[in-house]
Amino acid sequence: MIRDITIGQYYPIDSILHRLDPRTKIIAVFAYITSLFLINALYGYACVILALGIIIQLSKVPIQFILKGLKSIVFILIFTVSINILFSTGETVLWKFWIFNITVEGIILAFEMALRLILLIVGSSLLTLTTSPIQLTDGIEILLNPLAKIGVPAHEIAMMMSIALRFIPILLEETDKIMKAQTARGADFETGSIIQRAKAMVPIMVPLFVSAFRRADELAMAMEARCYRGGAGRTRMNSLKYQTRDKIAFVVIILFIAFCIWI
Amino acid sequence: MSIEIKNLTHIYGQGQPFEKIALENINFHIDKGEFIGIIGHTGSGKSTLIQMFNGLLKPTKGNILVDGIDINLDVENKKEARRKIGIVFQYPEYQLFEMTIYKDVAYGPTNLGLNEEEINSRVTSALTHMGMDESLWEKSPFELSGGQKRRVAIAGVIAMQPDILVLDEPTAGLDPKGREELFKQLKNMHKLLNMTIILVSHSMEDMARHTARLLVLSKGKLIYDDTPREVFKHITELEEIGLAPPQIKYIVKELRQRGFDISEDILTVEEAAYQIKRYLKGGK
Repeated sequence: MIRDITIGQYYPIDSILHRLDPRTKIIAVFAYITSLFLINALYGYACVILALGIIIQLSKVPIQFILKGLKSIVFILIFTVSINILFSTGETVLWKFWIFNITVEGIILAFEMALRLILLIVGSSLLTLTTSPIQLTDGIEILLNPLAKIGVPAHEIAMMMSIALRFIPILLEETDKIMKAQTARGADFETGSIIQRAKAMVPIMVPLFVSAFRRADELAMAMEARCYRGGAGRTRMNSLKYQTRDKIAFVVIILFIAFCIWI
Repeated sequence: MSIEIKNLTHIYGQGQPFEKIALENINFHIDKGEFIGIIGHTGSGKSTLIQMFNGLLKPTKGNILVDGIDINLDVENKKEARRKIGIVFQYPEYQLFEMTIYKDVAYGPTNLGLNEEEINSRVTSALTHMGMDESLWEKSPFELSGGQKRRVAIAGVIAMQPDILVLDEPTAGLDPKGREELFKQLKNMHKLLNMTIILVSHSMEDMARHTARLLVLSKGKLIYDDTPREVFKHITELEEIGLAPPQIKYIVKELRQRGFDISEDILTVEEAAYQIKRYLKGGK
């Protein structure tokens, strides 16, 4: 049950998208997100969907696996759509009641918002699906490096991210273990009202927090024991280098953005 | 109160590329009042097996009968099995969560829906059995030492008064004194309450000393089911599956090769000392 969470997951296969430089992919995702807000014609979305489809094909990640990640935003999706439908103002009023009014413009807006959200999640999840956490943080660190001059702690941010990502599977496993142990002591997580179920989570959350703090403490100790002192003067084992495929990707990105501005 | 395991097979992630057979066609029977040890190399399926005992994992094939009732048939059977069989997992002290030791131990009995009086008597008895002084009961479990935390966590399972107590590596990370104490307390309960105890451990010395029957798992298969004395005769076979018999077995073997007339099935240091002494005296 708990293993179904796919946000930020890496899908370890080999494809052209997996081999791209992480910096290229991060920039591409930013370009893609910008493009989603640049276009406003419906056929513009069709072009974006087409482009996304081609990229998913190239990534070789099964489409079902990507769509599974959408499950987690179903609630937000329903919420935005209903807010937009119920409260948007427009000319062609279909139905009016108290403070609610449903208009044609509102429905179109809601549809557009939902589409944008879905495209946003699917597109950005492709980044984490095709980039290993280490590569991702390496890429972020290098991209943030210019900002270090104005005092942004680039290395520290990247380090915190990689540690956080590293701990997700560990904490999931820990939760599973604690759940089993408390189930063996007669705990019941599946039945009862919402309040009862929330109360039943206490015996899981407390040990989980305690162990998270313990692990953080141990990790800090281990890092200090190996003389970790931040990013200054650190060299890396694999330094990133742009390849031909990255240059091609940049051309494609620029063309794509230009196209989005044009339509 | 008995457990019967019939043709038990468990496969993780069946049908997926990373499919793994954890247990394969396991059969055995545990009677009331036994003191049993389960040994096996890391990844041999020990932990999977004990999670089967009270339905935390569902077998891919086969049945688990507790008192003749299949625990996986319906939810009520499973609940009943969880009441009868208490499992203490590895490093149980990481599951403590309550404000006081007393409340933490009372968590299990409270979940059973018992009345205040009964809970009180069970908690008192469990904490006393585990040798926790009454002055500590209102303290936070997080203030205790590692060994004490472990004993509180075990008391939390004992307070449910299971007929069978399963312990996964209960002495891992404890100092020698803590180990001895824990074993003493377990043996006491085994004798006084006639509790069936199933022990999973890597310490062959502890197994040789305390258990009356040993199950040996290797790669998901049950390969030996006998008394420790018989099992530890297979020194080479055990080494092949990544287990080392008690060190004293090696000394006995070496001594026998050098002409000491002592028995081959010596199991503990005390036995060896006694026999060597007798041989040396007789030899003069």
